[in-house]
Amino acid sequence: MVFPKLSTHFLATLSLIILLLLWQGFAVYLNNNTLPLPITVINVLWQEITTGELLYHLGVTLLRLVISFSIAMPLGCAIGIVLGRNQQLNAFFDNWLVIFLNIPALVTIILCYVWFGLTESAAILAVVINKLPNVVVTIREGTRALNQELLEMAHCYNFNKRKTFIHVIWPQLHPFVMAATRSGLALIWKIILVVELLGRSNGMGYQLHIFFQLFDVTSILAYTIAFVTVIQLIELVLLKPLDRKAKRWRR
Amino acid sequence: MTDILIDIKHKTYPAKGSAQAHIAIKELKLLLKSHEFVCLIGPSGCGKTTLLNSIAALDNDFDGEILVGQQHVSPKIGYVFQNPRLLPWRTVRENIELVLNKNDDRQIIETLLETMQLKHLQQVYPEHLSLGMSRRISIIRAFAINPDVLLMDEPFVSLDAPSARQVRQLLLTLWQQRPHTILFVTHDLREAITLADKLVFLSSPPMKIVSEINVPIARDKRDDESIIEAFRQQLITDYPDIKTLL
Repeated sequence: MVFPKLSTHFLATLSLIILLLLWQGFAVYLNNNTLPLPITVINVLWQEITTGELLYHLGVTLLRLVISFSIAMPLGCAIGIVLGRNQQLNAFFDNWLVIFLNIPALVTIILCYVWFGLTESAAILAVVINKLPNVVVTIREGTRALNQELLEMAHCYNFNKRKTFIHVIWPQLHPFVMAATRSGLALIWKIILVVELLGRSNGMGYQLHIFFQLFDVTSILAYTIAFVTVIQLIELVLLKPLDRKAKRWRR
Repeated sequence: MTDILIDIKHKTYPAKGSAQAHIAIKELKLLLKSHEFVCLIGPSGCGKTTLLNSIAALDNDFDGEILVGQQHVSPKIGYVFQNPRLLPWRTVRENIELVLNKNDDRQIIETLLETMQLKHLQQVYPEHLSLGMSRRISIIRAFAINPDVLLMDEPFVSLDAPSARQVRQLLLTLWQQRPHTILFVTHDLREAITLADKLVFLSSPPMKIVSEINVPIARDKRDDESIIEAFRQQLITDYPDIKTLL
């Protein structure tokens, strides 16, 4: 350890402050519109919040995120478990999975809009298709790594399917589900912005598109800060407590 | 009636990668009478665990048949595995409760935990327990379902001598209270003689039966170490084959 006496809390705060200072330094040094001062960005952020503009678009994007996430996760988990447990099905669908994994997000989005029109459901579908293969692959790995000895124990003591799933399988999949959730959240919100940029008339992506056309870097940064904050909040308020709860049995 | 008829013609583990095919069991025929206490004794790696797994229907990939009880009633099988196999994310209490059915009596858990002096550990997660304790929990789990057939795979191995004696005593008490068939794998001939009605000696793979010997010592005389030791000595002189198996 380089700073043996400093708490991790302090280090985290320090790193944020240094990042801000670096930003400030570069902005002062460059002194032009492409990199505004942090304080200018904060002002704009505050303005956008008070007019309600930012909250509306952020809300719309978050709603899309929640909907596509709650379709992709359960579906992906189900498919992943089935493929992990069944070798033949896995052999059959493996190619599909590899293909879907490697189709660029942009292609899926464009095709969804072309085939299903510039609609809300096409937008959601595009996000789900992008996210699904990742969940499936992660959960499939988790299912393959299931402890055979515990499954045998469950079988021997006549656990029914439901009991086996809740008490033997799910706790083992939990870390994989959390990994899929984290990476999925990051992936989804990046893709949603592109989806909105290409074919929606509200949401963060749409706003960013407009700011880009106006070369309004200040607003772009303000929106970015808002979004990053929200995602961090989700991590802190939702995911971390879930993690803690699931890990309480560990030594 | 929970007679177990074991008739395995062949059990082979197919070749995998560079490992050659391995014949684990060949021509093994064994009848376990209802409520009998049988000890299986044989060198390590001879296929005893394979045999128990086949009886517990965890491994059905063999040539032959195993009939447990009347065919149309599937018996309750309690299995004490070589490793405790507790669910680490459930407490001790939950681990035991999980094997019971909804309307089974939970009182038995209290009684068992109390006898084993593990009651204070009910709400603890298994990772905080020593191996010996986990083992005792897994034994309680098997007792709790009131099994018709109890399979025990070297259950007392990492227990200290006093705990082992205590668990052995509990096992016998429970077995006498509510008779069931017990199949007990061990390396320890003295332990086997103390516990069993019948000793079955098994050869190294391909596993087959070397000899089946009834233990004629009365149950109330089994505490006497000298009687056990005398029987052991006599066994080894009468059946010189056995010595190579221990």
